[in-house]
Amino acid sequence: MESLLDHIIAKYNYWIYVVLMMIGFYAMIGKRNLVKKLLGMNIFQTAIILFFVSTGAKKGGSIPILDKYAALQGQVDVNQVVNPLPHVLMLTAIVVGVSVTGVALAVMQRIYRKYGTLEEDEILEKIENE
Amino acid sequence: MKSNLHMYVMAAPLLTAFLVNIFGRTRRKVIAPMVLGALGLSSLLAIVVLKRTLVSGDLSYTAGAWTPPWGIELLVDPLSALMLLLIAAVSFIATFAALPCVERDLQDRQHIFFTLYLILIAGLMGLVLTADAFNLYVMLEITSITTYGLIALGRGRAPLSSFNYIIMGSVAASFYLLGVGYLYLLTGTLNMADIARYLPALQGSAALSTALAFILIGLWIKMAFFPLHGWLPRAYTDAPDGAGVLIAPLMTKVTIYLMVRLMLTFQSPEFPLISMDVRTLVIWAASIGIVCASSLALAQRNLKQMLTYIIIAEVGYMVGGAWLANDQGMTGTLLHIVNDALMTLCLFLAAVAIAYRTGSLHFDNLKGLYRRMPWTMAFFTIGAFAMIGVPPTCGFYSKWYLLLGGIEAGQWEFVVALIFSSLVNAVLFFRIIELAYFGSLQDSEHHAHASAERHEAPWWILSPLALTAVLLIVVGLSTGPLVHNIIRLMIPVGF
Amino acid sequence: MTPIVSIWPLAAILVSLLGALPIILAHRQPNLRESWTILIALVKLMIVASLLPGVLQGSSYVFTIAQVIPGVPIELRVDALGMIFALVASSLWLFTSIYSIGYMRALDEHAQTRYYASFAVAISATLGVAFAGNLLTMYLFYEMLSLSTYPLVTHEQNAEARSSGRKYLTYILGTSIGLALPAMMITYSVAGTLDFTSGGILAGKASPELLALLLVLFLFGFAKAGLMPFHGWLPAAMVAPTPVSSFLHGVAVVKAGVFSIFRIIFDILGPETLQSADLGSLITYIASVTLLIASMVALTQDSLKRRLAYSTIGQLAYMVLGAGMLSATGMLGGVMHLAMHAFGKITLFFCAGAIYVASKKKNISQMDGLGRRMPITYLAFFLGSLSIIGMPPLGGFISKWNLLIGAVEGDQLVLVVVLLISSLLNAAYFFPIVYRGFFVPAADGEGDGIKEAPLFCLIPLSVTALVSLALFFYPDTLLKLARMALGI
Repeated sequence: MESLLDHIIAKYNYWIYVVLMMIGFYAMIGKRNLVKKLLGMNIFQTAIILFFVSTGAKKGGSIPILDKYAALQGQVDVNQVVNPLPHVLMLTAIVVGVSVTGVALAVMQRIYRKYGTLEEDEILEKIENE
Repeated sequence: MKSNLHMYVMAAPLLTAFLVNIFGRTRRKVIAPMVLGALGLSSLLAIVVLKRTLVSGDLSYTAGAWTPPWGIELLVDPLSALMLLLIAAVSFIATFAALPCVERDLQDRQHIFFTLYLILIAGLMGLVLTADAFNLYVMLEITSITTYGLIALGRGRAPLSSFNYIIMGSVAASFYLLGVGYLYLLTGTLNMADIARYLPALQGSAALSTALAFILIGLWIKMAFFPLHGWLPRAYTDAPDGAGVLIAPLMTKVTIYLMVRLMLTFQSPEFPLISMDVRTLVIWAASIGIVCASSLALAQRNLKQMLTYIIIAEVGYMVGGAWLANDQGMTGTLLHIVNDALMTLCLFLAAVAIAYRTGSLHFDNLKGLYRRMPWTMAFFTIGAFAMIGVPPTCGFYSKWYLLLGGIEAGQWEFVVALIFSSLVNAVLFFRIIELAYFGSLQDSEHHAHASAERHEAPWWILSPLALTAVLLIVVGLSTGPLVHNIIRLMIPVGF
Repeated sequence: MTPIVSIWPLAAILVSLLGALPIILAHRQPNLRESWTILIALVKLMIVASLLPGVLQGSSYVFTIAQVIPGVPIELRVDALGMIFALVASSLWLFTSIYSIGYMRALDEHAQTRYYASFAVAISATLGVAFAGNLLTMYLFYEMLSLSTYPLVTHEQNAEARSSGRKYLTYILGTSIGLALPAMMITYSVAGTLDFTSGGILAGKASPELLALLLVLFLFGFAKAGLMPFHGWLPAAMVAPTPVSSFLHGVAVVKAGVFSIFRIIFDILGPETLQSADLGSLITYIASVTLLIASMVALTQDSLKRRLAYSTIGQLAYMVLGAGMLSATGMLGGVMHLAMHAFGKITLFFCAGAIYVASKKKNISQMDGLGRRMPITYLAFFLGSLSIIGMPPLGGFISKWNLLIGAVEGDQLVLVVVLLISSLLNAAYFFPIVYRGFFVPAADGEGDGIKEAPLFCLIPLSVTALVSLALFFYPDTLLKLARMALGI
């Protein structure tokens, strides 16, 4: 039991992302309100971004701004700097996420204008009655 | 070989997208020549690229001169050149039909439509070009976001369908991204060829399996592999006609190509990567998917909706064929990607033509169409025959390879599913042909013929339809060279 | 002898396929349209006939259209067996075209352009089946034939035509996709080729069980041959106009089915291979059952065309039966019957159509005394039925005689009995028609004013009847072709 706890604590960043992801996933699939679905989607994406960023982190690592000459002469200890690549990737992923959210909000606006509600059940009901 | 020729193929629609947005806003007349010009140029260049790859091997371009594996590489080999040509050609042909539909549906928003349309095409081209796993994610999202927008432009419940697609599409993209994250953790690289180099050492690790599972599930949602297909029928049915003719033939097919590409890159004969049990499981899923989607198609009373279920069944064909893991099945899948794109294009163009003239695609509305739109229906019939798999149309030959692969692998459930689906397709299409041929039987027959006036689809829709129908037969008859010169080259020996 | 590369087989197929275009373009001028039809039919017959001397000397003509699958191109190959079928089909198409003009005009049918165009495509497909060099090519044209005949079967476009059309496609397309296609795939994956090779391509490669499976799949997969239980489409297809029934469902379509089965038995599975696996009796049993049941059902039919349809089913089974005997004489009888039955049966259908045109009568019970008013038609009918029954001096005798000898030689007494009973049944369902026509007087007032059908109808049916007669006296060319086809 203790070892399992250790296990969880040692990799707490992964567990946080898994929990967040599940929350987001539940909201996307389980909720009937479109806004909540969208929020769930954002939580889901954030979880993945956190996961990526945490993979680049190192204990005691500093920011990856290096002296060019030191780097060329191989004097930089890679264990002393965090890996910048996941951060960079996540910048792109954030941009993508924001765009998707933007599109989703715009679409939602159209839905609201048309049906006057954002509850999926009510919308479907209105479509049925059309 | 270093080259940037293939970049122009992608750049043409991408740059034109912005130009269309700027100039098309005020002067609507410039949209058509710009879009057609860009895509025509793309198609021509894609032909050159294909020829050049066949003569002098792979072409590679590195973005920002960062050498791979650090920089992003855009690589084109004969197979991706073929896909590039397919995308360029299909979108070029589809545009002819899209123009009059958009003109009618979205008068003052045409420039918006075509901006999204062209970015989508550029994104699809980027998908087949990129050799970088993360870049692939970005391209995937570019295509998805533009598709969301295009679908939302449709009438009726289109916004809701689009929203559901957004949710599902985002889940898929996130899964894919997660899988890539795991792969990055394991290998420390994002270049696909580079990843493949490290994989044999990781054989059997649980993390690798998780990574692959996430990537595959992500792609499966995007390609609407049964039972992850829920979003597709409504999204494709509600999309505006102009967008449907582009999205339906290309989106699922390109995603399947990505799956195949990853399988071909990551796997090798000595290193099977995926165990036999999993393979069998996927083939079973594909077979069940084919049967279920075909049966669901039978229940539809709307032509477009029926076609969307057929698309889902065809996805099952291709996924199953790829997972048979013999070269016949893989050949069948790759061939079917090309053929299915053309067949779907043909049928959607016909559907658009009918919708343009009659306003609805409900089955009741199709009565007597052979009288009213003889040419449209003639080409529709050719497309239908291809879907059923009647030689010499191309649909027969890819099915041939798929069946042969199934027989060789001893996966009889797949063979049975394929034949079942062919028979169901025959029923589906002959039901429509019958409706269109007989008209309404209540009237006395001669009277019925006299009352139906001939009202053919406009030239803008009819000519691409005719071209596609001819292509179905031409591609069918040139199956031999296509397989021998391009597809077989790309499948490793003993795969 | 080495095959000669020649474009003529392709030309023979294309002439009517491309010929559909001028027919469609001339849709406003019926005379021009029909002239095109006749012209195309003539050209086609001439092309086929020009290939005959070479084939008789033992050479074969090949032409590869496209490379599609490794080892299996789309390829045409004219050999003796294909020549028999092609000769029969293309010569009878000419007569049918002439007959169609009389029939369609007399009845003032609608959509005649579609009719002639579909007919042209169908005959192309028929020749394609005849000239196919491998199983894939044959399958291709077989499907094309199924699809191009759909508009012909449903020509009337009423509710009955629709349900018949459905039945037609369900049987024909369902079996070809569901049974023949998988059988073809299995054959390819076992043999690695699909070329028609004398003696078969599966010798020593397949177990008897697999052979039996393939045989059954192929026999029923080519449902155009009408073997029971996949025969139901043929009587249903009789809703089509009579020229369609006579040519397609007396000659082209059904013979395409039988021809396909011949190809399977002779050139894919191979008679010796079948013999060693003892599968000949399987074929003959299926054929015998079909033969007897169909003949008995024919007796009960009152509609003339339906009676002819069931008779066709029975006669097709004769041909399959002959092939299934796997002995030289039996197979010869089967192949000969393909040609002999074609001329006989088309005469009968032509007569049925002529009677309908002249009197609007479809049922046998209404045809009392008609023979006296339409003596030529009835005489032709009599000759045709004699040929089908297998009586001298008509062509049918030669084929049935060979079948009988084959059965006796093979010590297959059951088959001898089946053949004899069936011939009696044939006589029993044909002679009453002729008897009623000539000897039962018409009811009072009935039949006044009925004259012979128009000349366009009358001439073709007289000619085909006479050809049936002539084939008894001059069967040498056909016999030679059949012997060459079987390698005896």
